[in-house]
Amino acid sequence: MLKKLTIVCGHYGCGKTNFALNLAADAKKTGQPVTLVDLDIVNPYFRSGDYREFLERNGITVITPWSAGTTLDSPSLTAQMFSVFDREGYVIFDVGGDDVGASVLGRFSKLFESQPEYSMLFVINKYRHLIAAPEDAAQLLAEVEAASKLRATGLINNSHLCTQTVAEDILASVDYALGVAEKTGLALLATTAPKSLADELNGKIENLYPVDVIVKLLWNT
Amino acid sequence: MAEKILMKGNEALAEAAIQAGCLRFFGYPITPQTELAAYMAKRMPKIGGTYLQAESEISAINMVQGAAAAGVRAMTSSSSPGISLKTEGISYMCGADLPALIINVQRGGPGLGGIQPSQSDYWQATKAPGHGDLHILVFAPSSVQEMADLVGHAFDTADKYRMPAMILADGMLGQMMEPVELKSGDNAAKQDKPWAACGHENKREHNIVNSLYLQANELEAKIKERFERYKIIEDNETMCDEYMMEDAEYVVVAYGASSRIARAAVREARRNGIKAGLIRPITLWPFPKKDIAAAAKNAKAFLCVEMSMGQMVDDVRLAIECSRPVSFFGHTGGIIPDPAEVLAEIEKLSGGAK
Repeated sequence: MLKKLTIVCGHYGCGKTNFALNLAADAKKTGQPVTLVDLDIVNPYFRSGDYREFLERNGITVITPWSAGTTLDSPSLTAQMFSVFDREGYVIFDVGGDDVGASVLGRFSKLFESQPEYSMLFVINKYRHLIAAPEDAAQLLAEVEAASKLRATGLINNSHLCTQTVAEDILASVDYALGVAEKTGLALLATTAPKSLADELNGKIENLYPVDVIVKLLWNT
Repeated sequence: MAEKILMKGNEALAEAAIQAGCLRFFGYPITPQTELAAYMAKRMPKIGGTYLQAESEISAINMVQGAAAAGVRAMTSSSSPGISLKTEGISYMCGADLPALIINVQRGGPGLGGIQPSQSDYWQATKAPGHGDLHILVFAPSSVQEMADLVGHAFDTADKYRMPAMILADGMLGQMMEPVELKSGDNAAKQDKPWAACGHENKREHNIVNSLYLQANELEAKIKERFERYKIIEDNETMCDEYMMEDAEYVVVAYGASSRIARAAVREARRNGIKAGLIRPITLWPFPKKDIAAAAKNAKAFLCVEMSMGQMVDDVRLAIECSRPVSFFGHTGGIIPDPAEVLAEIEKLSGGAK
């Protein structure tokens, strides 16, 4: 799942940012330096750059578009971006949603391919309306790959219903995730679950990846 | 029961409109509403509908006007600066008694303002959504589920009274994700529209859809007739929700995303022994005057919580005929109030934490 360079992409609103934040925090536990790159230059709402405090508290370096933290709605990147290919430790890229968000990767596709290793994780969520059928998720993946000029290397099943998620919802998503795996030819690398449900799901789901719910609404804290 | 799915507010508005039989969407992209248009662009061609990105907001609203005049269920959506551009068309539709749905996913103003959530278009929506003596229906959902539920209701009510309806959301509601159950497709109640200009086939007199009157007395009579209708709407179509209001002494009034924050603060105040309650207007026009007036009987003080400089405060004062103090707390310009800040205001009103 985690390589020296790890790209997190998928449908917008499927939970990429929460997954990327967890991945970064867990990567940090290896003792290696970790950098998280917020590559979402499509939507200025709910993005990993908003969690700078959480990341820096965990000793993670954050690179955001220069307009992040302002309300400028501008699709532009910082030159700092290029430094990440020469960095020590792990680098995680949180990419914007859909093919539109992934097109920014196209700019860097050759750089990625020149690296000894990288992974590109396609995040899916059975409960997201527009990818609720495996064939729709597969279609979106094809669009993301075309836009990014990169091939995904694995699937992350991040199916959830925000604060209303119960263990059954996650159990019921496994068949869907395997369906997407079959349609895309990608391996299902992990199924996420909030840590509060991890005990209930332990042993029932292969490659369970318990996560903290970091991205949430103001009144749900 | 339909299955729960996870949707952004903007997507829920779009899908609910399709489910309500709206197959004609005309719009122009603007943050934080863009996912609505993007969703329509993806879905409409698959279901035989129309998604048309106009060259401007003014064009889009006039396309809606044309479609509505032909008796078609049509909508547009935008965010604050775009709605300002649409006000001309909204006024023309009011003047021609045309039903349609306009969605405003509010952002900070005035001018280009900012792209973060705001509720500073309350005055525009409820007092002057266009020039002239007019009202439009204004619905204020506070969850993604309610956004979905109100779309069909807004269309139906607009048809029933032949007037435009607005859903006044904000960037927070538009962008946030919540589980939602969508009602399946057959609630597209087909309203009989004998006034529509949709072809008379030589079987009837031709219909005229128009807002121009050459005689002042005709225009006055038309407006008075419309205001009779507005009175009926005020008596029958007001919606509001109450939370912990049974014995509330400190009444918070808030709508939309602010009401979610206010609700969390009221719950916390109750835990601290303060008799707080929340009134949440669901219709902003007509305004739930009677419900708020009724709350004044037990109330010692009112507090409006808004993402604006306090645009709803005067409506609350009028509803209770200034019989209790009405204070305000909020942020504007794209800042979302924190539940703890609202709690502090409630505590201040009640004379400190109990």
